[in-house]
Amino acid sequence: MIRVEELVKRYKKAEQNAVDGISFEVKAGEFFVLLGPNGAGKTTTISILTTTLGPTGGRATIDGSDVVREASAVRRKVGIIFQRPSLDQNLTAEENVRFHALLYGLYRYAPSYALMHADYRRQVEDLAKLLGIAREIHKPVRTFSGGMRRKLEIMRSLLHKPKVLFLDEPTAGLDVPSRRTLWEHLAEVRRTSGTTIFLTTHYLEEAEEADRICILDKGKVVSFGTPDDIKRDLVEDYVLVDADDRTGLRDELARLGYLTSGGPPFKLQLDGHSVHSILRSIETPLTVVKTHTPSLEDAYLEIVGKTSD
Amino acid sequence: MTEASAILALAHRDFIKLLRDRQRIVADFAFPLIFIGILGTTLQAGFGERAGINLMDYVFTGVLAQTVWQSSALGLISLLADREQDFSQEIFVSPISRYSIILGKILGESLVALPQALAIIVFGFVLQIHMSPDQLWRMALALGVVALFGGAFGVIVLANLGSQRAANQIFPFVLLPQFFLAGIFNPIQNLPLPLDILSKIAPMRYAVDLMRDAYYGGLPSSQQVQLFDATTNLAIIAAMFVVFMVVGTFLFVRAERNR
Repeated sequence: MIRVEELVKRYKKAEQNAVDGISFEVKAGEFFVLLGPNGAGKTTTISILTTTLGPTGGRATIDGSDVVREASAVRRKVGIIFQRPSLDQNLTAEENVRFHALLYGLYRYAPSYALMHADYRRQVEDLAKLLGIAREIHKPVRTFSGGMRRKLEIMRSLLHKPKVLFLDEPTAGLDVPSRRTLWEHLAEVRRTSGTTIFLTTHYLEEAEEADRICILDKGKVVSFGTPDDIKRDLVEDYVLVDADDRTGLRDELARLGYLTSGGPPFKLQLDGHSVHSILRSIETPLTVVKTHTPSLEDAYLEIVGKTSD
Repeated sequence: MTEASAILALAHRDFIKLLRDRQRIVADFAFPLIFIGILGTTLQAGFGERAGINLMDYVFTGVLAQTVWQSSALGLISLLADREQDFSQEIFVSPISRYSIILGKILGESLVALPQALAIIVFGFVLQIHMSPDQLWRMALALGVVALFGGAFGVIVLANLGSQRAANQIFPFVLLPQFFLAGIFNPIQNLPLPLDILSKIAPMRYAVDLMRDAYYGGLPSSQQVQLFDATTNLAIIAAMFVVFMVVGTFLFVRAERNR
């Protein structure tokens, strides 16, 4: 569904590439997460994929359409939720929805809601019920909560039935309940529409549910795969051990040929061994044994930490 | 049909925003009324006889065209405001043509400018400026052209401006000289050569002259006031409109994408 090949973007007067030769693919119907710290190049990537920014090099296609040469076709195929809300605060919720519907040619222009096509009015009524804003649909969106505005934006962006829904850090600035409601809503959207979801975030918990994750740092892809792949491939499994006789323990570990780093406590790389076999081979009485089960957060910090060294 | 609906939706949005912005309505109406009420009256009292024309009528028609042209041009800055408030993203990711987006904005800002013209005309009646139904009809048509032309001028100016702040700083330098070069308050038939050249390349001049064609057409004083006939003015305006629109849209879109 999305193919990115050696994509490069250098902003005017910048000394470094914001996106530096990245390549990846997203399959149809996938929940794909582009993860990375601030300044990693996530928004730049999403801006290029949604045609609002021209790349410096490389190419990208959405459902076979090139984002530069066939920008208009790409725009028909995508829906976008921007980092900062893109609702017009002066308009009502319905007027914002109507504006979108008219820009995408879904209905013919009429100067008021009452004169719009009956199908449109029905769609708006259904949408308002779904969002629980039947009474507020004709009120200015500036009176809406942050979470409600986000939900309205998602509903609006799905009006033209896009093949890919891009969400650029959609939960930034939202409180915890609003964030949770948004995710439930998004899960519902995935279940019912099968839309490909392309999300950028720097919140790790939002990436745990992804089908695949691409981790960007300083404009480069530093890891790619399922959350389990990333945990498995990029985080070292180790066991921490310590003893009252630290000198003896250090000597014994060296004699046994285990790879250690730091300490005390001493960090033993499992390196294919089981924790059990390692512990059985150590004769020095141990006072501390701690196994390490990596989380995605560990993986992320490890990956991003390594590249910033 | 998609493009037409989208253009109308863009224009509709701008007009709705005006209706909901009372401060802007008051500010928009105050300036032209001050110009005509104070400047027109004092000019007529001081120089009217020597000029050989009614300077009240002269300033009235000049300010009418200038207000609408300028309002429409300045209104285009809202495209930059949209960009800063991230609303333009919603517009620019839609599949409609970039020219439709700009055309919708110009149409919207023209609609926003026209209520001001109505207020000025009403004020003109209060000041006992004579306007026959025939004159009013011609002026209404001219106002439509002037508003669209001002919008196109706004596009070419803002095409290379990065922010609303930059636009607010640049626009006075672009507009103020035209107040005098376009002959809003002062006849410009006998300007020194350098100023005459500048006057001839000042787009506002043709908007003002078209309005005077509409007002003075057929009147005995028309020879003293009009610079070109309506057909010539319309041809120059049409040519400038196309150039401003095409080049302005191209530059604006390029600046948007090639950041």
